[in-house]
Amino acid sequence: MNWVNALVQGILLGGIFAMAASGLSLMFGVMRIANLAHGDLMILGGYVAAACATYFGVPVWLTAVVSTVALGALGFAVQRLLLDRAMRVGEFTPLMVTFGLSVIIPNALTQMFSNDAVPLGIGALGTASIDLAPGLAIGWFPLLTLVASVFVLTGLHLFLYRTQYGRITRATSDDSRTVRLIGVDNRRVYALTTVIALGTVALAGTLYTMRQGGVTPFEGQLTVLFAFETVIIGGLGSLWGTLAGGVALGIAQSVGAQLSPDLPLLAGHVVFLLVLVFRPQGLFGKGVTA
Amino acid sequence: MNLLHLDSVDAGYGDFQALFGVGLTVAEGELLALVGANGAGKTTLLRTIAGELSPFRGSVCFAGGDVTALPDVRRARLGIGLVPEGRRLFGSLTVEENLQVGAATGRSGPWNLATIYDLMPLVADRRDRKAAHLSGGEQQAVAIARALMGNPRLLLLDEVSLGLAPVVVDRLYASLPDIRANGMTVVLVEQDLTRTFEVADRIACVLEGRIVLTGAAGELTRDQVTAAYFGTSEVVS
Repeated sequence: MNWVNALVQGILLGGIFAMAASGLSLMFGVMRIANLAHGDLMILGGYVAAACATYFGVPVWLTAVVSTVALGALGFAVQRLLLDRAMRVGEFTPLMVTFGLSVIIPNALTQMFSNDAVPLGIGALGTASIDLAPGLAIGWFPLLTLVASVFVLTGLHLFLYRTQYGRITRATSDDSRTVRLIGVDNRRVYALTTVIALGTVALAGTLYTMRQGGVTPFEGQLTVLFAFETVIIGGLGSLWGTLAGGVALGIAQSVGAQLSPDLPLLAGHVVFLLVLVFRPQGLFGKGVTA
Repeated sequence: MNLLHLDSVDAGYGDFQALFGVGLTVAEGELLALVGANGAGKTTLLRTIAGELSPFRGSVCFAGGDVTALPDVRRARLGIGLVPEGRRLFGSLTVEENLQVGAATGRSGPWNLATIYDLMPLVADRRDRKAAHLSGGEQQAVAIARALMGNPRLLLLDEVSLGLAPVVVDRLYASLPDIRANGMTVVLVEQDLTRTFEVADRIACVLEGRIVLTGAAGELTRDQVTAAYFGTSEVVS
């Protein structure tokens, strides 16, 4: 039963990874930007939520909204002020900019909040669970995060495939110069993309912080790895792949933890490596994309 | 009334100048054909009109306003539609999605999915295919249809027939009268002189970045155009 439990917990954990990774995948898909600051932005989202609750007494459930909106707005600024300009300079400049952000964010957080965790408690919800069988319980909160990430990914999918703006976004991903000829300003598409990416990662960061009970400045260095591994395992350009990738990584970590307490990270990396070796396009990847 | 007017336009890429003092006027509802050898500057000229390229000097006026400083996005919304060389479809989107995205100019007019499918049954037939999986002729038809979806006032067609079988090109050209029926102004680049004379109201010959001959299609002879095409000194008659 321990193993079944590990499997179930892994699936639940994967939800957060998937939600965090969807924005990374989206930004890469539309702008070819590998956002190295994605993990730190996730943690920043957690900080916004935790700080709101701790210092301003904002109700805990509302902190998720505040954090999502705040980082969405930050995404607009980052795109307009930094990434748009960087993209004009050269192919690798945006990468450097995001690397810079990934250095600035945790250090700025340390300056403001010190290295101690800022707590974000969710009270009884944190421990409430449903007993499925002896030795197998599903926590309400992990279940909630999985449901939330399925919602986010479904929402993203519907946006991209069922709306005109989503079609325009995919067209821009195909050919950013040609969309201009039909009256679409590709920079507006980029701005919206980054707003969505940072909004979703902030939500993921908030849920992550709630799950951990708090957040510290340098956790982004780890979460960015999880996000990249999720995208690679699932396969680029497929949102359902991203969900599968998150779940695969979650299971690997959770089963690894079952084997030995110091194994979860290693197990995750090993699964990631195995996918890279045996199925480099990812579980749901469509092979080489143009 | 003149829809498009270019005045002494110099344009090019970086240090390379491709157009020299080009002046050109296109009347509303007219079909102007640009003729010239490869590398003469026809594509550069279309790109300059569409705003993909901004000229070094000179001005571009469209529908009574100076659009020289306007980027391609704004010009598309004003009604300049370019069917670019190489078609440049959105490969991962279906044919229908390509057309829907074409409507992003936000302009209203006679063209929508229904009228396009009516005009081009072939495109209607392939509506659910990914654009990347189409044949060259199908892609070209979709590229034209996508530009029409934006309801342009001026349609720029760059080498529609490039790399296509003559019978396929015939089919594409067969839709031109219907496209023009609503008073659409068209500037097209075509290598085939016979075809050019069949469809054009006026012909402009481009040679080494300059317009060396313009005239009504009915008043020019093939020999005049051929001479201008190759740059042989005087007209043989």
